[in-house]
Amino acid sequence: MDTITLAIQFQKKIDQDIKIEPRDWMPDEYRKTLIRQISQHAHSEVVGMLPEGNWITRAPSLRRKAILLAKVQDEAGHGLYLYSAAETLGITRDEMYQQLHTNKAKYSSIFNYPTISWADMGAIGWLVDGAAIMNQVPLSRCSYGPYARAMVRICKEESFHQRQGFEILLTLSKGNKAQQKMCQDAINRWWWPALMMFGPSDNDSPHTAQSMQWKIKRFTNDELRQKFVDVCAEQVKFLGMTLPDKDLKWNEAKQHYDFGPINWDEFWNVVKGNGPCNKERLSTRIQAWENGAWVREAALAYEEKKAARQYSYDTENKTNQVPVS
Amino acid sequence: MITLFRKFLYGDYGEIEGGTLATSSSREWPLWEVFIRSKQGLDHKHVGSLHAADAAMAIENARDVYTRRMEGVSIWVVESKNIHASNPDDANALYDPANDKIYRHPTFYQLPDELKYM
Ligand SMILES: [Fe+2]
Ligand SMILES: [Fe+2]
Repeated sequence: MDTITLAIQFQKKIDQDIKIEPRDWMPDEYRKTLIRQISQHAHSEVVGMLPEGNWITRAPSLRRKAILLAKVQDEAGHGLYLYSAAETLGITRDEMYQQLHTNKAKYSSIFNYPTISWADMGAIGWLVDGAAIMNQVPLSRCSYGPYARAMVRICKEESFHQRQGFEILLTLSKGNKAQQKMCQDAINRWWWPALMMFGPSDNDSPHTAQSMQWKIKRFTNDELRQKFVDVCAEQVKFLGMTLPDKDLKWNEAKQHYDFGPINWDEFWNVVKGNGPCNKERLSTRIQAWENGAWVREAALAYEEKKAARQYSYDTENKTNQVPVS
Repeated sequence: MITLFRKFLYGDYGEIEGGTLATSSSREWPLWEVFIRSKQGLDHKHVGSLHAADAAMAIENARDVYTRRMEGVSIWVVESKNIHASNPDDANALYDPANDKIYRHPTFYQLPDELKYM
């Protein structure tokens, strides 16, 4: 079959909401777009452990420590689900790590901001995981089967992340003056970077149309951002805090909140590598990879030695195979 | 198209001429597919994959990654290269004949409504 016929059939399947699976024919561009998006998503989960890992030993109680540890462990798992999904498209795990370590692949810019107070753990859970959920829920209906299935699993785990974050802020908001100030300060610092997580505005996002046609994306960046603003503007009232935007106002005609302009210069600057923590995050990842090299080698060497021994055993004693069930 | 990438997809192993194919030159831990029985009485179901040096490590990692919230009571792991898959392009030819053999379904037979317990 020629490529044009295959491409038409492919789009027909997408239009009928039939999932694409790893061995199905797909256009090169679809494969490339997915590899880029899924691997960057995976990198974000993994790098995203760093700002929070920073607070595990300093969490204010055993309860908070256990919760934060569980959350960070979940993020590691999310990274793994996503790397596996990307691997079904024909890229290896090592290639993806390579791309991250050589700065060829990006990860979400939000993780290039520092976590300077305990309240940041609350703001990250509420706003950063909250924005991630807003993005990820529609992705669980994405046209590529393995990506969609990974997202279903991830979304199930994310809701605890957001709730524990909000609970941290709620506790601080009921505390003393200093704790309340800490809470508001964290919200002030994380609000705008969280809005930037949805990516550039639709006018500056040339791939959106194609991704929507392929049902990789179900909503545009601006649509998701608006939903997020609407939800948070209500939630913040429970904290008795404010969002740092003087233009934030309910618009009765639109039935949405209006909000102020986003500082896209800051966004592009961080994307380009000049955020407060870009260098630190990347070097931490590279160091972890290099420090783990001897473990990876040793485990392989051990396995090879064991396999060789097993082989000589098997050839001497014919084993009886029984079906598993 | 796939030659762009080094890795081969599930089920491609062994179907390439010459039988087995050389694994990628990097010293990556092999890939394993993970199957989980969510509770006694149900089949194991594919849940995803992971890298591990050997089967014991694969099971340990699968436990940490895929059963953190009581998702299962039993884990199977199988190295991905040992999975052989049917070709999706053959799907029509493979599964279509069932359609014109509707006499294989109980609803094909016209029997009186009064007939009970059948
Ligand atoms: Fe996550
Ligand atoms: Fe999360």
